[in-house]
Amino acid sequence: MKGFQFNEPLLFERSRKGRRGFSLDEKSGRLTPSGTRPPDNLIRKNPARLPEVSEPDLIRHFTRLSQWNFSIDTNFYPLGSCTMKHNPRINEEVARFAGFAHVHPYQPEETVQGSLQLLFELERYLAELSGMDAVTLQPAAGAHGELCGILMIRAFHNANCESRTKILIPDSAHGTNPASSAMGNYKVVPLKTGRDGQLSPEVVRQAIDREVAALMLTNPNTLGLFESGIGEICQIVHEKGGLVYGDGANMNAILGKFRPGDAGVDLIQMNLHKTFTTPHGGGGPGAGPVAVKKRLEPFLPIPRIVSDGSDSLFRLDFNRPHSIGRLRSFFGNFGMLVRAYTYIREMGPEGLRRVAELAVLNANYVRARLQPYYHLPFDHGTLHEAVFSDKKQKETGVTTLDIAKRLIDFGLHPPTIYFPLIVHGALMIEPTETESKETLDEFCEAMITIAKEAQENPEQVKKAPHQTRLGRLDEVKAAKELKLRYEFPDQR
Amino acid sequence: MLQTIGTEGLDDLFRTIPKKLDRPLNLPSPLTEIDLRHHLRELSRKNRHGEEWTSFLGGGAYAHYIPSAVSPLIQRGEFLTAYTPYQPEVSQGTLQAIFEYQTMVAEIFGMEIANASNYDGSTATAEAALMAMRLTDRGKILVARTLHPEYRQVLETYLSTQEAEIREIPYRPDGTLDRQEIKKNLDKETACLIAPTPNFFGIVEDFSDLSPMLHQEGALLVTSTPEPLSLGLFKSPGEMGADIAVGEGQGFGNPLCFGGPSLGLFAARREFARAMPGRLVGETVDTEGRRGFVLTLSTREQHIRRERATSNICTNVALCALAATITLALWGREGFSRLARINYERAEALRGRLQNIQGFRTRFSGTTFNEFVLECPERPQEILRRLRDQKILGGLFLESWYPELGPSLLVCVTELVPEDQIDRFAKVLEEF
Amino acid sequence: MAINIPEDLRYTREHEWVRLNGSTAIVGITDYAQDQLGEIVFVELPDEGETLVKDDSFGVVESVKSVSDIFSPLSGRVTEVNDPILDSPETINEEPYGEGWLIKVELSDANETEGLMTAESYRAYIKEETA
Repeated sequence: MKGFQFNEPLLFERSRKGRRGFSLDEKSGRLTPSGTRPPDNLIRKNPARLPEVSEPDLIRHFTRLSQWNFSIDTNFYPLGSCTMKHNPRINEEVARFAGFAHVHPYQPEETVQGSLQLLFELERYLAELSGMDAVTLQPAAGAHGELCGILMIRAFHNANCESRTKILIPDSAHGTNPASSAMGNYKVVPLKTGRDGQLSPEVVRQAIDREVAALMLTNPNTLGLFESGIGEICQIVHEKGGLVYGDGANMNAILGKFRPGDAGVDLIQMNLHKTFTTPHGGGGPGAGPVAVKKRLEPFLPIPRIVSDGSDSLFRLDFNRPHSIGRLRSFFGNFGMLVRAYTYIREMGPEGLRRVAELAVLNANYVRARLQPYYHLPFDHGTLHEAVFSDKKQKETGVTTLDIAKRLIDFGLHPPTIYFPLIVHGALMIEPTETESKETLDEFCEAMITIAKEAQENPEQVKKAPHQTRLGRLDEVKAAKELKLRYEFPDQR
Repeated sequence: MLQTIGTEGLDDLFRTIPKKLDRPLNLPSPLTEIDLRHHLRELSRKNRHGEEWTSFLGGGAYAHYIPSAVSPLIQRGEFLTAYTPYQPEVSQGTLQAIFEYQTMVAEIFGMEIANASNYDGSTATAEAALMAMRLTDRGKILVARTLHPEYRQVLETYLSTQEAEIREIPYRPDGTLDRQEIKKNLDKETACLIAPTPNFFGIVEDFSDLSPMLHQEGALLVTSTPEPLSLGLFKSPGEMGADIAVGEGQGFGNPLCFGGPSLGLFAARREFARAMPGRLVGETVDTEGRRGFVLTLSTREQHIRRERATSNICTNVALCALAATITLALWGREGFSRLARINYERAEALRGRLQNIQGFRTRFSGTTFNEFVLECPERPQEILRRLRDQKILGGLFLESWYPELGPSLLVCVTELVPEDQIDRFAKVLEEF
Repeated sequence: MAINIPEDLRYTREHEWVRLNGSTAIVGITDYAQDQLGEIVFVELPDEGETLVKDDSFGVVESVKSVSDIFSPLSGRVTEVNDPILDSPETINEEPYGEGWLIKVELSDANETEGLMTAESYRAYIKEETA
């Protein structure tokens, strides 16, 4: 890899007194009749030490910083569980239409019919995709959606005058699952994944009782396998009055092929920044809408968006006595909801089904090409992601971390590593459907080369990355010293 | 490709799904790009918006000037389409930007450290309460009645599963927090007081008198600031002795966008770092001693600590934080203060005008920043309707949240409201 | 790398060690524990004078990849805390049984010591865990 990579200091180090990036009204005070001043005790004595830079300096600063980042736009980004598919630019254009961007959430309903209509329709699309009856678009991310689900589960049982204390969660689950359950004050009971990489209905049967509020299930699971026992599992849980919560992070594999609601799942959150192409942004914003079956509808957060039918005006309904309340201010991450809506309208039903087909095809292709070189603990039924382990490479002392760092030297982003926890040294590869065969081959060839290096020249792998501006970073030092902000010279 | 995999057809790859969907999805047919753009534009045209109408709406969402450089920079693919910086060697752009953001947030609040963002001001407030409960091992939360009503609702939702008790603290006739009531309710069970400034009525407060009182009982001061531009003029939470300071950063470089995405600002004392929710970026060096940045203290987060995590938050709002960082840098130290002053003065100008109109008066005598409560003679809905006829969005009708205020409007004036519109607003009310 | 398990100490299932001296005990975490954690960056310990209850968590030890509670092997009162390791937690990695000790406890119930594992039992226990 070649290119310009500047050493760019912090904005505070670029800062020079008096520099301005923005022109402002010089004579503030012109408007007020007698130069009103707030009382002295309220005035800030120590102003915020924001940097002082010109626009050209600022633009260079962030341009250079961006050049240090790897992104989907740069090259292949097979982060398992994150669905790093291409982010269509029409999304960006549409979200910036003035009629979407410059609308205040408290405007009267008659002045925001476009937004309300969009949200109303998006709810219906997501319900159709997941096989559910009602949707809330309020949660701001997947984990937020999980919390929403957990609170609705609690509300459901309370309404039935039951107080249940446990949530069953497979040991392959994403960390947000137990964390969300804990925030809901539930005790987490882990369930062991079977030797075939799936959750066996028998294991659920052993663990289920009337203390279990719900089972949280990711399907396909984090090993990229379909939980074929899902129908039976739902029955087992329902028999004891429990609910089944679906973590929909892996929807990309099943769009148009399978609907969790049809199998008996009661509520599910979807990650719009994964399956529905809203951009990842370096870590958000996302959106985590939750779709539920009819019997859970009364518990959805307020407000609900309703349509008057006759005059077809869209309204906000706050009168929901059984609602769990609010999860965030206003209505949700509208800007991201617009993008997801745009994507769904662009793809249509056939297009979305094709997404799942190609995502699964691509993952299986990568799996097949890499299988001779890397250990695949669960080797049948791969859907949209494949999870390998470092078992073969460990013979020469090369770890998953080393393999990940060495991939960077080939201009590729590493897969998700060390997750799920049940696979030792997990390498979780999710190509997605927007990658060409050439790119997949480029990735496979790099991985195969690394496998060979691990055998013949392990040091090359262990000392990677070699090509980046910075080498491996000292995380121990970071945790010990905890320098979480720039310290001005007078602070040191 | 199927050959390499060794199967006959695509369907075979889905053989592990027992009961597949046997019909096409009931969704509208796809739109070509031209039609798509047209359809979305038509939808957007059904909305009225702040560039064609004048808006005096505030209440936790503020229209401030977004410098032109923000949009092109955040749309750079390397920022837009990157994900969480788990591999620091190839994410230094995101990591350094977050480090700069953390510094700016800490500076604005006058606090020692800040995190990489929460979803919005309301969830940041709720997470602050949970953090205070963790730190003090107590369950009683004192909450100002003047806290943004939706923040209060979110707080209740988040606390609904905890052993927590919420006590509401009323306000005084001037609109500020009732200190006597705080004293009455403060005890050794109190985890924290959540005190907003500016509060929902737009009133700015100084809580320096409260922090010693709270600390003496072992409780924490949590401030909640839905309009942090106010801190370009007014006393910061740090100067008041706050332990945790949260707020809403949407007004820094992020358009209103019908209320989301937003930007939860979260700052605290350095000693509380390990109890803080959310991501943290720390400075370090690489193998050659060169400066770099990494996510740190991740052991406290969901992916490692799982059910013992400080929060379940994973994806936050990194791109909104980036927009804020760029905006604050372009406004700069001077610009931030000046912009705050302009907001204050514009709002004061309108307030002064309206005060003198028969039947209208400023409801509270407390100092306000860029919004205030206007008592109306009657039928605020009618007033709003008349303003709407003039293509003016006149303010928030407060009755549903604060019935005790009678007919009142919450009116906000930012630097984006042209002077002639301030005139027109006043004229409509004069003719009422 | 061979894990060190001194014969003269007692052990718990949570990988703490105990050095008994009449009615007082010194407590730390084992070589196995420090190896599993990786380089320790932070330690949280109780205050002198605090009362501990057997099996309750009395502190936290944190590395870059995990955070673990430290559980009290016995009940009693904390008489001394190893302050220097708060600033140099890596000492626990270097000398888990020596300078890396955590607290000293005045026992309230000497009978509790019978529940602790011998070096041999602990060795077998680790073997079982890592199988």
